[in-house]
Amino acid sequence: MTSRDTILAAIRANQPDRLPLPEQFTFETTYPDLAAQFAEVLAFVGGQAVNVPDYAAIATYLRQTYADVLSIGTTIPELADVADLDLTLITVPHDLVGLNLAIIGGQLGVAENAAIWVDEQHIPSHFRAMPMITQYLAIIIREVDLVSNMHEAYRRIDVAATGFGTFISGPSKTADIEQSLVIGAHGARGLTVFILKE
Amino acid sequence: MKIGLFIPCYVDQFYPQVAKATLTLLEQLGCTVDYPLNQTCCGQPMANSGYAHLAGGCDDNFIRNFAGYDYVVSPSGSCTLHIKQHLHGHNAATDNDASAIRGRVYELTEFITDVLKVESLPAKNQVHPHRVRPLRVGLHQSCHGQRGLHLSPMSELVGNQGVSKPARLLKMVNGVELVDLDRRDECCGFGGTFCVTEEAISAKMGKDRVADHLRHNVDVITGVDVSCLMHMQGILRRQESKVEVKHISELLVN
Amino acid sequence: MSNLSHAEAAAVFNKDEARVDWHDETLWFVRSKRDRAAQSIPEWEGLREAASQIKNHVLSNMHDLLTQFEQKAIANGIMVHWAADAAEHNAIIRQILADNKVNQLVKSKSMLTEECHLNEYLKEHGVDVIDSDLGERIVQMRGEAPSHIVLPAIHLKRGDVGDTFHKHLGTDAGATDPQYLTEAARQHLRDTFLTRKVALTGVNFAIAETGGFVVCTNEGNADMGVHLADVHIACMGFEKVIPRAEHLGVFLRLLARSATGQPITTFSSHFHKPRKGQQMHLVIVDNGRSRQLGRADFRNSLKCIRCAACFNTCPVYRRSGGHSYHTAIAGPIGSILAPNLDMRQNVDLPFASTLCGSCSNVCPVKIDIHEQLYKWRQVLMQEGHGPTAKTLAMKTMASVLESPRLYRMAGKVGRGVLRFAPVVAENGLNPWYTHREMPEPPAESFRDWYINNKQ
Repeated sequence: MTSRDTILAAIRANQPDRLPLPEQFTFETTYPDLAAQFAEVLAFVGGQAVNVPDYAAIATYLRQTYADVLSIGTTIPELADVADLDLTLITVPHDLVGLNLAIIGGQLGVAENAAIWVDEQHIPSHFRAMPMITQYLAIIIREVDLVSNMHEAYRRIDVAATGFGTFISGPSKTADIEQSLVIGAHGARGLTVFILKE
Repeated sequence: MKIGLFIPCYVDQFYPQVAKATLTLLEQLGCTVDYPLNQTCCGQPMANSGYAHLAGGCDDNFIRNFAGYDYVVSPSGSCTLHIKQHLHGHNAATDNDASAIRGRVYELTEFITDVLKVESLPAKNQVHPHRVRPLRVGLHQSCHGQRGLHLSPMSELVGNQGVSKPARLLKMVNGVELVDLDRRDECCGFGGTFCVTEEAISAKMGKDRVADHLRHNVDVITGVDVSCLMHMQGILRRQESKVEVKHISELLVN
Repeated sequence: MSNLSHAEAAAVFNKDEARVDWHDETLWFVRSKRDRAAQSIPEWEGLREAASQIKNHVLSNMHDLLTQFEQKAIANGIMVHWAADAAEHNAIIRQILADNKVNQLVKSKSMLTEECHLNEYLKEHGVDVIDSDLGERIVQMRGEAPSHIVLPAIHLKRGDVGDTFHKHLGTDAGATDPQYLTEAARQHLRDTFLTRKVALTGVNFAIAETGGFVVCTNEGNADMGVHLADVHIACMGFEKVIPRAEHLGVFLRLLARSATGQPITTFSSHFHKPRKGQQMHLVIVDNGRSRQLGRADFRNSLKCIRCAACFNTCPVYRRSGGHSYHTAIAGPIGSILAPNLDMRQNVDLPFASTLCGSCSNVCPVKIDIHEQLYKWRQVLMQEGHGPTAKTLAMKTMASVLESPRLYRMAGKVGRGVLRFAPVVAENGLNPWYTHREMPEPPAESFRDWYINNKQ
């Protein structure tokens, strides 16, 4: 017998009688203002939310904030003018290493924990590393795509729609040295989330 | 109402004043109480050491002493919990008795609150007639009473868990001021034979628990389990502290 | 791993009381953050119950969920391997490295690989392994094991880390600023991420319905490793499988809040297919889990999602440190998992607890940890793993306590002897007195008083 068969046979022999899944395992959460809740939690986890009326406002904000920054890349056509890198020329993820600012889209944002779902509809497969390898990260979500909690988020997304997807909540961080919080462990050192009203 | 008083072995031997206070308190609350003379021990010292299989004789003796009572009441959360969870008979008849006892055994403050439904102490109790300031009392939440018997709300859980039974009773005593602790339900480290098999940790836990009470300037440390109190008292005495340790029955009794 | 028992190692740890106080306060801070996060969710107890029931279902339906998961994962292009034990797990990983002609590996946190001692094994076979989680990298440089499954270097002070980084990364002597030290590790590990061809991760959840798996980190180190590597190897104990993606809503709401008080980890990455040109391997490991699944009293230890809330709340763990548990997974959960792996070697662990029950209360999947500690004690002593002196003393004590006559006689002879008899017999000294006084024995027992005054 292969190990597979041995293991599965042992499991079949040892598992208890079937117990049902719970009928109720999702909960409703209500917030008076999803965007405000999202912004508050994002600040708590080290990021910042910016409410904007349109892409022009995002472009203005980014140009001001990252005026002296080179190596900006985006996957969002509306913000192509803000970028100075042509990502279509990059074919291996390692070449993203010089990226200082990555600007990407997200499918939805979760108010309870400031998590944003990003999958390969927002970043191409060979750019999976993009939200982590960049020094700074900006994600654009639409205000209508804010949901209250994770149960609602999983109802809206299809985790297997593409080969990879991730919830991102804040910039990368660690507290591995004496529980002292440091932002910018291996991934982005800063996260700005633009909440687009339109 | 036929009440059997269950006095844990170490209370019988080392803390007879706690047993007397418990008996007197119950009588002051209008109960008629029996003390079965052949009782010994609940068997927990063996069971918690991994020798529950040697506790059958204790079980049988316990059943012989306490079968037939409407209620079995004890001034110990830990021994009460042990009986509630682990008392078994070794034939059909005694197992029936064991099952009845398991359903009728109560820790003292639990009994006073849930069965007697006491709303005020009979004669207005006062800690000392000549005290000029309230007696500052630190309540140690013994784990088995708190997390096992749900005598008090637990800091780990979310939502309404009701009121603390021992705290509610202490607040009925004139002149008692209950003190808030930094860690309101951390274990004292007694833990049965743990107190000697893991001596370093046990003593450190006890020192830390005592220090929390001392930081809040308590006059007295009280609780529902004499075992935890004996451990903390041992540490206080080694430190030559003047802080007293009393079982809750000693504060509630008139 | 140390040869000392938990009690012996704990006694050594307690020689530096100031350090014990610091360790206790640091972990209590994490527990307090967990409390605040839990209190912010009104349905917290409902979530715990749901998580518990989902996991109960998983245990009862393990065979079918795993075969469903395997089938979907293979269809997704993931190569699935099965390992009966640690040796097979390690050999599979070595073979994948050999097949790719690679002798370097970057690894994000996986307690399973700690359990299997993968690092030591690969080192013996000439493979250079770099742990990329900051805490794991720190302990790896020091030649230590992690002392905590979520916070591997929690036993170290910033000065210790500063010294280690000065030695291994050339940071300034005496520099202890966590920001500065983390930046040094960031630069050092960036080079690692960019040059390693094979990256290994753990698995937090495997989704049977879709054949994908989820890896959670705060640092982004798992993602950095695998998205830049040609080969991704993910290792999981088989109990990580859950039925459907929507169940992740429950687990991801609980996991980080229980672990560190965060609302969710920074990255919760869902892997379903390798990126173009990449190989994705998944190793499903038993290593005693199927045996534990057969133990009715202990099987639900397999519900664990490795949040370590039970570590942070445990008053014993906080004052003894993770290394005193001499096993890859320390703390209360480790103490109910370890005896399944080796009863003789881990006989002390179920006794490293006061049975206070706080662990069971914080557990997000409602494992009855303290009750299992009690039950393991029974199994271990019944199977003869207790010291002979202890067994004899217990027999003596039981014979005294079950007999009213002997009990009364013993009480009269010396009230001090009664309760601590077993320990006195073991080493001739009563450890009670090291830090405590005994109560002064009263003149008469309650029973004597009762007979004289009430009858």
